[in-house]
Amino acid sequence: MFSTTVTGEQFMQAIIETIQMVGISLFVGSLIGIPFGILLVVTRPGGVLENRAVYAILNPVINIVRSLPFIILLVAIVPFTRFIVGTSIGTSAAIVPLIIYIAPYIGRLVENSLLEVNPGIMEAAESMGATPFQVIRYFLLPEAVGSLILSLTTATVGLIGATAMAGTVGGGGVGDLAIVYGYQRFDTVVVIATVLILVVLVQGIQSLGNTLARKIRRY
Amino acid sequence: MLEIKNVYKTFTRKGITIEALKGVSLKVEKGDIFGVIGYSGAGKSTLIRLANYLERPTEGQVFVDGFDLGEYSANELREAKKNIGMIFQHFNLLESKKVFDNVAIPLVLLKKSKEEIRQRVTELLEFVGLSDKAGSYPSELSGGQKQRVGIARALATNPSLLLCDEATSALDPQTTQSILQLLKRINAEYNITVLIITHEMSVIQEICNKVAVMEEGKIIEQGSVLEVFGHPRHQTTQNFVKTVIHNELTASVQQSIKAEHGRRLVKLHFLGESTTEPVLYEMVRAYDIKFNILFANTTEIQEKTLVTMILQFSGEAAEIGKALEFLEQHEIGIEEVDDNVFDHSNR
Ligand SMILES: Nc1ncnc2c1ncn2[C@@H]1O[C@H](COP(=O)(O)OP(=O)(O)OP(=O)(O)O)[C@@H](O)[C@H]1O
Ligand SMILES: [Mg+2]
Repeated sequence: MFSTTVTGEQFMQAIIETIQMVGISLFVGSLIGIPFGILLVVTRPGGVLENRAVYAILNPVINIVRSLPFIILLVAIVPFTRFIVGTSIGTSAAIVPLIIYIAPYIGRLVENSLLEVNPGIMEAAESMGATPFQVIRYFLLPEAVGSLILSLTTATVGLIGATAMAGTVGGGGVGDLAIVYGYQRFDTVVVIATVLILVVLVQGIQSLGNTLARKIRRY
Repeated sequence: MLEIKNVYKTFTRKGITIEALKGVSLKVEKGDIFGVIGYSGAGKSTLIRLANYLERPTEGQVFVDGFDLGEYSANELREAKKNIGMIFQHFNLLESKKVFDNVAIPLVLLKKSKEEIRQRVTELLEFVGLSDKAGSYPSELSGGQKQRVGIARALATNPSLLLCDEATSALDPQTTQSILQLLKRINAEYNITVLIITHEMSVIQEICNKVAVMEEGKIIEQGSVLEVFGHPRHQTTQNFVKTVIHNELTASVQQSIKAEHGRRLVKLHFLGESTTEPVLYEMVRAYDIKFNILFANTTEIQEKTLVTMILQFSGEAAEIGKALEFLEQHEIGIEEVDDNVFDHSNR
């Protein structure tokens, strides 16, 4: 019962794949999601760049993508994934749906973080005659940094969960290991080991995020 | 300097319209410390936010240095705002930035050089007495210190007009005093015109030279602080004046007054010149009347003295009338005190 056919190297490999998938999709997802979040805040009614059209399109689009569970999204966009990376199987194929999954999520989280900024700050900015770009650059973002870090931490934890499901398309990673060896071959050791790895990973990221946010906030 | 001309402002929210301002006109001259006072919801904040177009009038115009802000393009308006500083009740400092960087922000927006910014910020922090706090975060400061940072920030671009929306309302009386003195210094030393919003008459008394009283979106009374404190016409104004100048009879005096025939109770307001002349003495010499001082109070406003007295006159009705006329000629404010107030004792 306590024997396993999975080698230490396979574990290392899986951890690296998970980190790769999370890292790349978090990076690209942020590149898309953060501007989306900013756009949502500045184009909303009463925002510094109020724009009904942009807001009216962006808002529902994000809602639609967000309403799809990752496992459905994964299957639904297979043709698109194949078009982008040339294959629908493997780690790089998993990254495409991961990005599409996480970008709108980050967009929402960023929106919430920015909305938390004291409206008085925006008023002060306006009274100084700051341009919309300056409002974002010198007031909105600096005041939200702590909260943004926490948002990205939440997104990262969500991504780790999603990568486990990416095993379905042979995406590799820790989740894949747990499904292929642990679940399908009744390898309890692998299941326990992956659980432990995931717990440590999530804990580590969460406390890193918390510490960073606290350092930056200083209040 | 600043002129608000017949401005109406309506807010529409969820189908409900609120008329926050209903035809407000106001003129702030260069060098003034102009106070606007009113109860909550009177429209004071809406009014002051017009002065830098944080709020656009629904109708009417706002002129700053003779230019209609409504005619400006977005860019010109931003430019004009550099000439108008603003401080807030809740300070609105960036919590994520140190005191130095908070004060520097308006200069950073203007893309000033590092050296120029360092110099100007150092100078401003010294002026507001916070040189030692440059490296602190706002969360490490007291309310009064935060407001000083707010003031330094508002002065960074050398504005000629400073707007203060309830700048001392979140502060204790002592801190309020020190902030008011600072505003006074700014007005005197930098020749910056100040428009200040408050619901405390003591703030007006302390530093303003002119005052406007607002109620339900209208200015119900305005003028020099001395005039308005000396002769408050409107009930609301009288209530505000009462909060800083005690000019009512005490209960025990009221009890002892017998509203007899041939006697009149009159409240007198002596202002400026009239306080230094022996007017009452001349009055009794010229007219055949007697009077009894029931109450007297001296207040200093704008380095001038305001004396309030309540006199009980006795004598021929016609003679008393003439005496009162004499007082009026000497610019003494006269307010009949309602006898009925005291009547309960002999009815
Ligand atoms: N942005 C807004 N949208 C809708 N109504 C508003 C808005 N701003 C102000 N009002 C309304 O206008 C009226 C005047 O508000 P204002 O804030 O100017 O009053 P105030 O005299 O400053 O009161 P306070 O002493 O409480 O600050 C109030 O009835 C208020 O509800
Ligand atoms: Mg207000």
